[in-house]
Order: sequence, then C-alpha cells, then structure tokens
Amino acid sequence: MSTNTLAWSGLTADRTRMLRLLQEYGVYAALVVLFLVAVGLDTSFVEMSNIRVQLFQLAPTLLVALGMALVIGTEGIDLSVGAVIALAASVVPLYAGYGLGGVLLAALLLGAASGAVGGAMVAFARIQPIVATLSLMIGVRGLAEIVNGNSAKAVTQSGVLALGSRTVAGIPEMAWIAAVCALLTGLLVRRTTFGRQLVAVGDNRRAGWLSGLPVRRVLITVYVISGVLAALAGVLVVGHGAEADPANQGLNMELNAITAVVVGGTPLSGGRVRVLGTVAGALFMQLITAVLTQHNVHTSYTQIVEAAIICFAVYASQERGTR
Amino acid sequence: MAEQAPDPRGDLVLDVGGVNKSFAGVHALRDVDFALRPAEVHALIGENGAGKSTLIKVMTGVHRPDSGTVRLDGRPAAFRNPLEAQAAGISTIYQEVNLVPLMSVARNLYLGREPRRFGLVDVARMNREAVRVLGRYGVHVDVTRPLRTLGLGAQQMVALARAVQIEARVVIMDEPTSSLEPREVDTLFSVIRGLKEQGIAVVYVSHRLDELYAVCDRVTVLRDGAVVHTGDMAGLEQLRLVSLMLGREMATVRDKGTTAFDTARHDHSEGQPVLRARNLSVRHRLYDVSLDIRPGEVVGLGGLLGAGRSETAKAIVGALPTEAGSVEVEGETLHRRSPAAAIRNGVVMLPEDRKLEGIIPSLSVRENISIAALPRLSRAGVVSQAKQDEVVDFFMKRLRIKASSPDQRVGDLSGGNQQKVLLARWLCLGPKVLLLDEPTRGIDVGAKTEVQALIDELAGDGLGVLLISSDLEELIEGSDRVVVLKDGRVVGHLAGDEVTEEGLLGTLAGAAQERAPDDPAGPGERRTAPEPAEAGERRASPDPAESGAGEPPAPHEPPEPAAEDPAPVKENHG
Repeated sequence: MSTNTLAWSGLTADRTRMLRLLQEYGVYAALVVLFLVAVGLDTSFVEMSNIRVQLFQLAPTLLVALGMALVIGTEGIDLSVGAVIALAASVVPLYAGYGLGGVLLAALLLGAASGAVGGAMVAFARIQPIVATLSLMIGVRGLAEIVNGNSAKAVTQSGVLALGSRTVAGIPEMAWIAAVCALLTGLLVRRTTFGRQLVAVGDNRRAGWLSGLPVRRVLITVYVISGVLAALAGVLVVGHGAEADPANQGLNMELNAITAVVVGGTPLSGGRVRVLGTVAGALFMQLITAVLTQHNVHTSYTQIVEAAIICFAVYASQERGTR
Repeated sequence: MAEQAPDPRGDLVLDVGGVNKSFAGVHALRDVDFALRPAEVHALIGENGAGKSTLIKVMTGVHRPDSGTVRLDGRPAAFRNPLEAQAAGISTIYQEVNLVPLMSVARNLYLGREPRRFGLVDVARMNREAVRVLGRYGVHVDVTRPLRTLGLGAQQMVALARAVQIEARVVIMDEPTSSLEPREVDTLFSVIRGLKEQGIAVVYVSHRLDELYAVCDRVTVLRDGAVVHTGDMAGLEQLRLVSLMLGREMATVRDKGTTAFDTARHDHSEGQPVLRARNLSVRHRLYDVSLDIRPGEVVGLGGLLGAGRSETAKAIVGALPTEAGSVEVEGETLHRRSPAAAIRNGVVMLPEDRKLEGIIPSLSVRENISIAALPRLSRAGVVSQAKQDEVVDFFMKRLRIKASSPDQRVGDLSGGNQQKVLLARWLCLGPKVLLLDEPTRGIDVGAKTEVQALIDELAGDGLGVLLISSDLEELIEGSDRVVVLKDGRVVGHLAGDEVTEEGLLGTLAGAAQERAPDDPAGPGERRTAPEPAEAGERRASPDPAESGAGEPPAPHEPPEPAAEDPAPVKENHG
C-alpha cells in the first residue's frame, strides 16, 4: 500500500514536470514534428513557392495575434479585431488617391480609435472585455459596410498592391512586416516599463493599482495597439487580395488570433505574454490547415482537428495554473 | 434575564460539550463547551482566529467535530450538513446574505416552501403573505421586486424573516449589523427581542461591544480556540471583556523583550507632521478620523477587529473612497486621491492582505520589487537593467530576502520573504511615510523580528510610520504614540508613559461611556430600498436587564428611554 502511494506520488510529480515542459516548449516541439511530417508526406511542401503562399496567409493572422496576446496578458480579450480589418479595408479605396502613406495613416488611425473606444469601455466603464469588444465588433463591422457600400471594390493603388504581393529576399514583404512587429512586441513585453505594467495588471490588478500603476492607461493602450495591428493586417489583406470587401474580409480573424495565442501557451487568465509562443502558435495552426488541405482532407474535418488542438492547448495551460 | 432560574443542563436548547476540531494539525477548537438556553440572546465573541466561525460551523453541520457532542433539546444531534441543521430548527444568517439576488423578495422568503394551488405556486397568496410577514420586520417594500434592488439592511431582514419562518428554535447571527444603518440596527434589535418573546434562542456574533450590552443576556468569549469566559452580560465590565478577548490580564505586566523593538523611543518631539490627516470619513466605516505623523515617529493604531484601522490606512492613501476629509503631506494638501497620487507624494501602504493586494504572484522577485519604481528606473520607457539590478540587489541584501535568485517567482516564496519583497517595493521609492497594516501577520518568528527591527531602523532614519497590529505587544512596544479607534472613530490618544497595554485597554473599554450618541451615517444617496417605515420611531426597549445594569445604552440608541415598546413580532410559524 505504502509503496503504491510512493510510486503514485512519484508518478504525479513526473506528470507535473512533464506537463510543465509540455506547456513551456510543447508548441515548438509540435511545430517541428508537424513540419517534418508535412515534408515526409510530400517533399514539395518545402518548395519556396509553397512556403511563400503559407507566409502570405500567415502574416495578417500573426499581426492580429500579437495584439491579441497583449490584450490577453491583461486578462482581457479583443473580439473586435476582425471587424477592424474590415474597417481598414473599407477606407483603402477612399484614400487610394493619397498613396500608400495616406492609406496607412487613415487605416491605422481608425484602428487606434476603435481600440481606444474598446479600451475605454473596459478601463472606465468596467465592462467585461468580452462584452465590450463584442459590441465593438458588431458596430465596427457595420460601420465598415456603410463606408464601403455593399459590394467589394477593386483596389488598384500600386503601393497597396505591392505591399500585399512583393517579396524581399524571396520572403513576402508582409511576412517581414509581421516578423518586425513580433520582434518589437517581444521587446515591448520584456524590456519596457509598459510591458512590465501590462503583465502586472493582468496578474493582480488590485495589487498593481495599489502600487500606483496607471491601470487605466495600460488597459487603453493595450486595446489601441491591438486595433492598430489589426488595421495594419487589414491593409495587407486588401493589398494581397487586390480588393476591399468589408463584408467578408477579417471574418473569424479574432478566433484565429485567439487560437494562435492560446496554442502558443499564453494563459487566458492573464499575467503572462508569450510572444515567441504566439508566433509558433500561429505558424502551427497555419501549417496544420495547409497540410490537411493539401492532402484533400475536407474542411469540416480540418475544423474538428483544430478544435481538438485548441482543447488540448487550453487543458495543458490550465494544468500549469493549478500546480 | 433576571427572571430566568439558574438552569439545569437538561433545560438547554443547544448544548455543545467538549468539542475539539483541528484542521491540518491546527487546533481550531479545544474542549469547547457552549450552552444556549431557550429565549436567550447569547453573545459569542473573540478576535480573529479565535474559533467563532468554526464553532458556528460545528453547530450548523458544516464541520463535524473531531470529538465532543452537540445536543439539541437534550438529544444528540450530529448534523451531517447545514440542511439537516436547518430542518432541526437551527437557522444561520451570515454576513453576506445568501439568497437569490435576482428573484423577487417574496420568492426568496418562500423559496422551497411556496404556497401552492393546483400544484402551481400561488403567487398572489405568496406575495400577500410576504407583505404581512415583512411588515413585522419593519420592511415595507414591493415584494415583487428582485431582492437585489433592496438595501443591504432590508436584504438582511428578509434573510432573518426567512430564517425564523423555517420553524427556527435557534437563530445564529454572524455580524448582522456590519452593513446596517443605525436605524436598521434598532429594527434588528427589536426583532431580536421579539424572537426572545417567542422562546427562540439567538447566538449573536459581533465585534461591536456596545451592541452586545444592548441586546445580549449572556456572553461566551473564545480565544485561541478555547472558551475563556461564559457568563451574564450584565455586570461584566467592558474593560474585563476586552482583556478577556485580547488575553491580557489587567494587573499583569508581561515580560518585555519578545519583540525586536528598541525600547528607547525615537526622537520626534519637535518638527512639523509629515502627514496630517483630517476628518477622514468613509461610509459606514470611518467617522471623522484625524491623525498626525511626524518624521521619525511610529504612530500605532489601536483598536479591536472592525474598529477601522485598515480603513484608516486605506483612506489615507486613497484606496478607499472618502466622503469627507483631507490629507496633507508636508503641508501640501493632496487633491487627487488615489494610490498613485499618494505614492508620488511619498506616502505608501503595506496592505494587510498580502496575496490579494500585495504580491503579483507570477512575476519574479526582481519584477515585484521594482514594479512601483519602474518609471524612475527607465529611460524613454525602456527599463534600465543595470539600474534595476542595482536597486534590487541592494534591497535583497538589506532586507535579507531569501530567494533562489531574483528571477524566482514571488508566489513561490514564504510569507515572510513575500512581506520583505513588498517592503523593498516601497523602500526603493524612498518614501516619507510608511503605513504598515499588520506587517508581521502570518510570517515566521525570524522574519518577524527582522521586520520589527527594520521598522525601528526606518523611523530612526526619519521616516514617519503608521503601525497597525493586532499583536498588542508589537503595537505597544513598537509605537511612540498610539491613536485608539473604536467603531470607526478616534476614541483616545496615548503618548509617552501612557503607551501601555493597560492604557490601551482602558481607553478601549472607557470609550463607550464618553461618547455621545449621534447619527454617524452620511446621506443615504446609495440606498435603493425605502427606509423601513417605523424603524425611525422604534427605540430600544427600556428594560434595564437587557441593556446591562450600569452600562450605557448602545451607541445608536438615543439616551432617553423611549416611550414606545418595540414593535411586537407575534406569531411566526403561520
């Protein structure tokens, strides 16, 4: 009996350690394994043309996921990002005459404004983030459709198109932009006062407030950043697709972004932001969809696989939390 | 209850005998006897951790005693859960009303035993009955409204009415007045007297001593899990009651030297106060609290649990919204009241609840220490690693913080080290005033003496310190001066030779005699429920046996005896 218990406690200790390792490095290991499997199934997967296609699709999701990771770090969530993509898309045709600079300025300002509204709802009105950004999501999508009219509009502005199609050193410019943003987000979280305050606010808001942290400013800023990144993603989506279609662009983007963040190991309970994990999470989800699609697995089955992955990722992160 | 004959034990409603209960090796109750007679109001008092809640939970079937018996009407009653206790006639009213906030008042009153007609709930009859029943408790409201739209006091009355309706023999009230307006307290008291007339016994838990004298017949005092006194309320001096609770015998002067404080007082005789708080008022908690702290001075804040000590500290730093009052630091009035503003002006508070309000658990020791000082350790928003490490290193050494490295998660440290990390968080800001709320609670002996020595040292360096401590010895030996609080008011100042346990206990006990009763409540702008209509006219019963011979009336009652009798509460099992 006693030996049994001993063995059992040893087993649970091992199990806890395993889970912790899984939580910390699981996403990277899974990414490597998945990549090897993909190559093993079909060596054409590593051809540059295919990788380029994957990166074009990945870049907007990753941008949005970075903002989402910051919001989630404050124990929040931002459901409005998909709608902000649509809003950004809707203004591209309007400002095309001012060149790429004008388009970007208008789109990013709108993204920031939308984020500020969401942040203010959370910080001042103390509305739960999920409710605040849900209402924002509905409202902003409506606004985008009003701005654009109901039909998709072709975009011919050369700067915008180039942004969505050009490659630098064989890698899409979009992917470079996303990579730079990921690097900056990482530095923001690790090196700056703001990053530290963000995590503290997410971990123990009351203690942070009592320690004199500018809790409201941190919250609003986080939603503004999320809005700006989503707007940037919106311009990229328009550039890549050569049309502005607010009724369809950015649909489900909030869910893809949350998935990337969660699979990357950032806990939904806040207090921690894993930027590199988010990048890996986004890559992983992109890769698994690609593999399944390329092997003619029906989309319905792909979705079920994705669902299982999300469940597992959340389960693993919970286990760590109750340690 | 002078007319009650000295009773044989067989006459008891509830009889707890020799009960022991421990949790994970901690003895929460030791050999506790508790006897409740029919139709008596029995006060159950003690400081935090004395075992009151555990005893209540044993009586109501939440916990099962390790040994000992609980008898109801002379028969063994081993309740397996609160429902069984309730069915047997023991009703409990907790501090937080546990009813269904979104259901109607009437629904709540009759939940689980609604009047039925053809198998359906007879809503009309239920509402009619509810109006009638609640009227007797001074609650005149639209019973179809959701319960949560009522004020807390009215909600509590609904809970009470519900408890009594369930054929209660014993009603246990856990701090029933903590959220009540003075007038609602009067209503509650007359309801309690009504219960007595019906032969229902009441166990009354409260920290407000004056209330006990106003409404209780007998008292049982718990300390460290054991009964230290049981007896009649009348004739028991307040001074004695306080010393029983705190475990300090009036005549005994205890050996000094178990704390690390230097007995020599700090030099602070001259000099302007660094902090001057004036007339701080917090709704229901603080009334006109003023105090000064001079540089180099440790000002103790004395008082029993619930006296408003933590609230005072929180009001000073702006962590509790104040209705009135001002705070000056070095002569400058703080206009914006928030923790951030207080910190900018050099006033910092070590909170009582380390986990909830202090540490940021998943951040590292380094990040926890530097979090408040970050703006000063940064250039253009980027944290200077070198500066940060220097500060963190200095304070980890100075406070002897034991962590495997500055990178260790603060949540994994011991309580004492967490407390030191929090002290370091404030000290690296170079504050002028340090408000310490229970700085040594829940930390090991070694860390405790270190923290005490540090407090001394900081005061020696010219910091103004406010010390809140439930450890009487720590408070007395650590403080140069003590401001004594009671029920949210300053009731005394001790300085110099008066800073002794006797002085403190005397002030606490004497306070009730001196204070003029008045209505401390602010305007009722937050109320959502109408006032109980007759509550204002009702007065305490003039029966001298109930208010305790020779004792003053309760604070919320007018001094002149009222002409009216308390509203009768007639039948209840209808």
